[in-house]
Amino acid sequence: MQNATQIGLNHTGARLSPLDSEQQIKASQEVLPDVPGNEQRLALERTELASEAETIGSVPLPGSTKGMLKTALNTLVGVNPEVLIDKLGERLAFERSGTRLYEALMAKVQAIEDVDTEDMLETLQNFHDEEAEHFKLLEGALERLGADPTAMTPCADVVGVSAAGILQVVSDPRTNLAQSLNALLTAELTDNAGWELLIRLAETSGQNEIADSFNKALAQEQMHLETVRNWLAMEVMRQV
Amino acid sequence: METLTSLLDAKGCPLEKQKFTWREMAGKPISKLDDDAFTRVRIILMNGIELDALRLKHIGARFHGELRLSLAEVRRAEQHQATMVNWLLSADHSPLETTIAYEQVAIEVTAAVAQSEPDAYQAQTYRFGLLEDFDHLYRYSALLDRLEGKDANNILQGYTDIIPGRPTTFHHRAPEDDLRDAYQRDSAALITKIHAAMITAAEYQTHDYYMNIGPSFADPLARQLYAEIASVEEQHVTQYGSLQDPNESFLEKWLIHEAMEAYNYYSCVDQETNPRIKAIWERFLDYELGHLNLVSELFERYERRDAGEILTGPLPQMVEFKSQRKFVRQVLADEVDLRAKGNEYVDRRNEGEASPDYRNQLNSAGVPAETVSAGYQWAPGTELNLKAS
Repeated sequence: MQNATQIGLNHTGARLSPLDSEQQIKASQEVLPDVPGNEQRLALERTELASEAETIGSVPLPGSTKGMLKTALNTLVGVNPEVLIDKLGERLAFERSGTRLYEALMAKVQAIEDVDTEDMLETLQNFHDEEAEHFKLLEGALERLGADPTAMTPCADVVGVSAAGILQVVSDPRTNLAQSLNALLTAELTDNAGWELLIRLAETSGQNEIADSFNKALAQEQMHLETVRNWLAMEVMRQV
Repeated sequence: METLTSLLDAKGCPLEKQKFTWREMAGKPISKLDDDAFTRVRIILMNGIELDALRLKHIGARFHGELRLSLAEVRRAEQHQATMVNWLLSADHSPLETTIAYEQVAIEVTAAVAQSEPDAYQAQTYRFGLLEDFDHLYRYSALLDRLEGKDANNILQGYTDIIPGRPTTFHHRAPEDDLRDAYQRDSAALITKIHAAMITAAEYQTHDYYMNIGPSFADPLARQLYAEIASVEEQHVTQYGSLQDPNESFLEKWLIHEAMEAYNYYSCVDQETNPRIKAIWERFLDYELGHLNLVSELFERYERRDAGEILTGPLPQMVEFKSQRKFVRQVLADEVDLRAKGNEYVDRRNEGEASPDYRNQLNSAGVPAETVSAGYQWAPGTELNLKAS
């Protein structure tokens, strides 16, 4: 695969075609906008529609009797368990996608010829396995609360939309290692912040046992983040 | 000048030898950054034409039991041709960027057709539709800039202007004002028939694309704009579709469609700058000649007429895949105020009542094209470059 950034025949810039650009610019200066106003019109309509919009969806009702009891208890002491369930569902979805993200990256790294990738592949495999463990950890936590870990919660859905671009970048065979690592860094930065918030939320919800079980995952995610950040820097600097 | 009948002398690749693998169908895409915009224009056009080839044949199969097997066999090759062509678009095109490219196709290809069309009324129809797609490009460019923070010219590559045309607000017409006079099958030139089939195909694809991707947008104004412009594209399909003579038999239409496909691949071969893509056009030209020969045989068997009666006359000049800026500007200057009244084109002061009534109701809760483009002036690097820092 082409791993290095290259100079080439990029056609996108206006300066590549000065004669055409001159014509284009002249046209847009001569034929003025036919609708008065500016982008505020779009913003106003967006605000109006946001105020009328319905939600993405809901957190599912806990399925088991035991779970329903726990949920009821938590509600009584003033904690909304649906927030915790929603965010647990989010992290579960993210870790599950993260596992697949590492698989896509490992396949790409195998194709790189100009960098010694043996150590990287071994580390990527470890990170992949940890992502899968975190997924199982979250599954267990949701079950302990009586929630259904196979359901897609609203935050799980939204985080899937956010991660879609990251997966597009890494799974595209044309993107090189640095571009893929840059996308992965976005995922790991979010993931770190996500675990920190989740631990805090579990503690606030009175789920200290669950919060404690997440500390190891957070430590591992911190390692993922630092490693990916360093790999990216090394890969970019190597090409300079 | 070369004639289509002499082109027919080439038998092309026989249908049974038109083979594909999944891997080549989903092969290497073009580069959004490095390939010329007209390579993408050709890809989008040819995908639209192949999809219309499938559409026509499916409709034909509903009426003609005796042709069903032949139709199914040709369709299978065309399904795989369409796949191989459409999969050339790379995944880094956002749906809105692809939309910009679709409108570039509608503008540049329709402008080329309008200039080479010998029938004055049909040429007028292409110019009329062209100014509407030209306006769509401006509205979508505003959306691309204001929603994704991107410059439409990264896709257009300087070939096409980004300014208002006939405002989208006024495109919405009553159905009675979207029908056009058809060419006469016995007297129309072959190129007239080819043009009607190809532009209908291209517009149909654009309509279907907007209908599919419109709801994939989160932004409510993007959803509205796609709804609005998809409706205009449906009008365009109605308009261009009505240019064809309804008295042609199905086999006659099929024959014209195959000739149209061959003509377009021929044009692509003639002008393609990417050698890898050119090889695909060459291969598919050969496939289309195979289809054309097969349909000629069917035509002769079932209609007891010589296909040469239909495929007669000089082979028209190739579709010119190049910037039609000068022509488009002239049409804009001369015809932006035209409106349709029945099957005629009139000045806006003479428009009938049906279309204004129709669009006043549709536009009564706002016009998305206006909302997204209020005050929009394109500049290289997006409108943010025009703002004081």
